[in-house]
Amino acid sequence: MRRLLDLLAPFALIALLLAVWEIAVLALHVPPYLLPAPSAIVLALVADAPLLTVSAWHTLSMALWALVIASLLATGVALLIGLSTLLEKAVQPLAVALQVTPIVAIAPLVNIWAGLDHPERAVIGLAAVVAFFPIFSGALTGLKSADPDLERLFNLYGASRLQRLVRLRLPSAAPFILEGHKVAAGLAVIGAVVAEFVSGSGGSQGLAWRLLEAANRLQTARMFAALLILGVMGVLAHAAFQALETWTLKRWRGR
Amino acid sequence: MTAARLQGVAVRYARLGPLDLSVAPGEIVSLVGPSGCGKSTLLRLLAGLEAPDAGTVERAAGPGETAVVFQAPTLMPWANALDNAALPLRLSGLARPQAHAQAGEALAAVGLAGAEGRKPAQLSGGMAMRVSLARALVTRPRLLLLDEPFAALDEITRRTLAEDIHRLWAELKPAIVFVTHNVEEAVYMASRVVVLGAGAVQAQMTVDAPLPRPPGFRADAAFRHRVEQVSSALAQGVAA
Repeated sequence: MRRLLDLLAPFALIALLLAVWEIAVLALHVPPYLLPAPSAIVLALVADAPLLTVSAWHTLSMALWALVIASLLATGVALLIGLSTLLEKAVQPLAVALQVTPIVAIAPLVNIWAGLDHPERAVIGLAAVVAFFPIFSGALTGLKSADPDLERLFNLYGASRLQRLVRLRLPSAAPFILEGHKVAAGLAVIGAVVAEFVSGSGGSQGLAWRLLEAANRLQTARMFAALLILGVMGVLAHAAFQALETWTLKRWRGR
Repeated sequence: MTAARLQGVAVRYARLGPLDLSVAPGEIVSLVGPSGCGKSTLLRLLAGLEAPDAGTVERAAGPGETAVVFQAPTLMPWANALDNAALPLRLSGLARPQAHAQAGEALAAVGLAGAEGRKPAQLSGGMAMRVSLARALVTRPRLLLLDEPFAALDEITRRTLAEDIHRLWAELKPAIVFVTHNVEEAVYMASRVVVLGAGAVQAQMTVDAPLPRPPGFRADAAFRHRVEQVSSALAQGVAA
């Protein structure tokens, strides 16, 4: 009974808030372009479902491509750096500089490089930049997280750099790299949407384009519907990686 | 002939030394002292994991000739008992099947036959310590360094592990340096007890009883007497 209540509590709160919203919009005669009632949003969601689904898939696939590229690059660079402290010192300032530069600011540049005919390349590139850092810093931290006594043991037995990397540091880093991917998955979706906004229309048909289009037409209910889908997408991406992380770590530790 | 010899060794940051210490082949020496007296530093010097600021360290330095068991089991959490025990052999370049065969024997010797596939999280504290011991013995070292290996274990487990270490020692006869802050353990384990205090050797005493210890040795009057002597030497060292 208690568990059932715990489970129902968030849904009850959401239902209550939606009810207050619905009643307030009706009672106060709020114009629908300013704030549509929840019922209007649901209607928009149903009516525009085919269009929004296509757009959502478009944005999600951009985000997933970006995640794959970011994952390979970030893990690869971190591993290379893990072999040499000199390399790490050389790369670190560059990495930080790239990280603190706002994605919106570099978007026009990436647009030019990607070519105006390929906005999807720009979107993937920008989202990959955003997704790169959580994985990269997770991997770097993880590679240094090995038990110092195990490091001593590897010294004692005269392990080579490669042996140390493959047999000790990389496995030690696994949980950190997974955690980085979880954060990066959410960021890749955000990055893809921001990049879509900045990369303009062109051949782009993602959710950001739907949002802009609806905003220009004052179709506020459709905007809310798109935002809802975006939220659900972010939550699902996070949950998928959470599940992957839990499963992998269970095998990693053996329980 | 010595298994290890320290001459005029000093380590500044640990306020250790200068001191001399030598360990004969096949001898078991206990290093006992209060926390912070530098006994773990001394062990790292013997392992070659640290270099002294002054003095010389001679030891069995060939691959796998010196082995260490740390206070914690220090196992790789992602690897099972067999892979953990095989690590020193794999690092020395031995092929997997041979390394696994020898690691399997080492695990059996410490009483862990059948637990090869278990990961550290699936082992009790005592079993994990045994895996650590198997890993240290797998290269058949000439010098075995034990850094408070019983610190985190319960009394019963300590006692059985102490007996097991003696039994394994009788087979391979490595020189053992056993670091502890527990006086009874120090006397029980070793044929010679070295009392460290304030970074120097305060006293040395031999324990004239056969190894492995006869049953009931802990209740023996000679054992109790030695424990009292080491305790008072330790107390003087702390006061000094």
